[in-house]
Amino acid sequence: MDFDWLFLVEIFLAGLGAGGLYALTALAFVLIYKATRVVNLAIGEMLMIGAYLCFGLATAMNLPMWLAIVVAVIASGMAGAVLERVAIRPMLGESPIAVFMVTVGLASILVGVVELVWTSEPRRLPEFMPNTPVMIGEAFVPPKVFYGFLVAAALIAVALTVFRFWRGGVALRATASDQQTAYSMGINVPRVFSLSWTVAAMIAAIAGVIVGAVGGISSTMGVFGLSVLVVVIVGGLDSVLGALVAGLFIGVVESLAGGYLGGEYKLLATFLILIVVLMVRPYGLFGTHEIERL
Amino acid sequence: MRIGTARSSYRHDEALFDSRTQYAWLAILGVALLGFPFVADEYWLYLACLVAINIASATGLNILTGYTGLVSLGQAAFMGIGAYTVAAFEQKFGTPVLLNLLAGGFVAMLGGLVVGLPSLRVKGLYLAISTIAASVVLHFVFANWHSVTGGHSGITVAPAEILGISFDTSFRLYWLFVPITIMMVIGAANLFRTRIGRAFIAIRDRDISAEVLGIPLLRYKLLSFGLSSFYAGVAGGMWAYFFRVVTPESFPLLMSIFFLAAIIVGGMGTILGAILGAIFMTMVPEALKLIVGWLPLSTDATLILSPVRTIVFGALIVGFLVFEPLGLQEIWRRIRRFFHLWPFRA
Repeated sequence: MDFDWLFLVEIFLAGLGAGGLYALTALAFVLIYKATRVVNLAIGEMLMIGAYLCFGLATAMNLPMWLAIVVAVIASGMAGAVLERVAIRPMLGESPIAVFMVTVGLASILVGVVELVWTSEPRRLPEFMPNTPVMIGEAFVPPKVFYGFLVAAALIAVALTVFRFWRGGVALRATASDQQTAYSMGINVPRVFSLSWTVAAMIAAIAGVIVGAVGGISSTMGVFGLSVLVVVIVGGLDSVLGALVAGLFIGVVESLAGGYLGGEYKLLATFLILIVVLMVRPYGLFGTHEIERL
Repeated sequence: MRIGTARSSYRHDEALFDSRTQYAWLAILGVALLGFPFVADEYWLYLACLVAINIASATGLNILTGYTGLVSLGQAAFMGIGAYTVAAFEQKFGTPVLLNLLAGGFVAMLGGLVVGLPSLRVKGLYLAISTIAASVVLHFVFANWHSVTGGHSGITVAPAEILGISFDTSFRLYWLFVPITIMMVIGAANLFRTRIGRAFIAIRDRDISAEVLGIPLLRYKLLSFGLSSFYAGVAGGMWAYFFRVVTPESFPLLMSIFFLAAIIVGGMGTILGAILGAIFMTMVPEALKLIVGWLPLSTDATLILSPVRTIVFGALIVGFLVFEPLGLQEIWRRIRRFFHLWPFRA
């Protein structure tokens, strides 16, 4: 039998590239979840806002691309803080479902804003990544995917280091593990909430710029968030490690399904995995198993 | 001030409507519903039919989410099952309309039972996400099961026909949809006066306690899923007869969010809430169309309509959850209470 190994390897590598972006976005998601216990369905839309801000700054204001990215990321961070303060903070103590629905509403608002400002037509981000083809062994990897993966991996490493050693990161982890104790140790918990949304929005914006550079931007790119949702559920909502592993895993599975079965099988494959994981390990691969008591 | 409503028997206490005033208002509502088609034009009849369909589906979702506390983002997909069943029955067998609608309900119910299976294992958000998964899978089935669903191009549905009368205008469909919806709403209202409905409420309030009290969780959760998707299926069937073409894109995830938004805006866990919410959420886009049309804009009004609608949709969800978590129904109750107590308490 004549099996095209090269094709498999190329698809696998492309999947890893996409998986890197999933892992990065999932990291932003987990950050919010750990600190504030909010399941943020608007993560895909935060990605989109980041990408569109960058697009707007680069085209309408003619900033150089690197500056546009930096400004867009900072602006997204501020937007994240504002969202948290205006829409999420008042919901403190409400049922998780209510907060979840608030983020659904936010997602809708963000999509509307983007369509209002930039219309719903798909756009292309200006080119900013090297264009020379990348070969790993004999396999060809699209350069954008390759550099996107590098950026994602680097950013994840930076984020993890920061949360390990920086004071704010320690405060965040303390809040995540026990809110009340964190409070009584003098940690300003509401500020940690703001911080987590700000940082998550910034990470999402960077992911958005990369996703936009690879596949173009449009007002429906929030669908990316659905796959990220699968990633975090599979990995376990409160597990950073889970987000990273599941991100790569889902990326590869999606790529294999798309490459061998056809594009419409991508979402189907990821969601079938989701169903299986929910049936077998409802709290995800690495998530904390919460025990319910009466 | 309302007086003379002391309840002297259990029957009276359990009654759906307990005062003459309420019966009088119901009678007025009935007359209004009967008279409406004769005074309204085609556009308003179209809206009325749409509202009827949405009320039926929102009431179904309310049984599941509002009363049993199981959040579902799959309502649109269940409507899709109903719509496809009706379309396929109509096209392949030409069976009577009411039978088709019932079949749509039952097939959707089966789908609901399958989707509900994980509900004992996972709950809350995880369940909501597993229903998203179900709707993705169903969308795939709709798009790819060519022999039954006609793939991406979908199925065209012949106009409903009962006793030789063809229901091809909104005027005629009104007389089909509104009675069905009223029956379904009354059915739901009565459900919560029975053992089953009470069990649902117990599960919503604390499922572990409910189990301790002797309510078999799996059976009742599945029952709730089944009932809710039956409602969705019938609503979907009506949808099929209304729009007369069913495609996989007819029932997007956004539509499920729409129904969840409708019961949140209306008020979860009340019959009136689902009705008010469905009416409100259906009318808001139309009202926006009017408002945007009035605004003196330099650009094309239709261009900004769709984004504005999306923004308002999201803002309504966020706004109601933050400022009026009990929904329109609570506003309605406040107004009623004001008149009940008037002139003694403002």
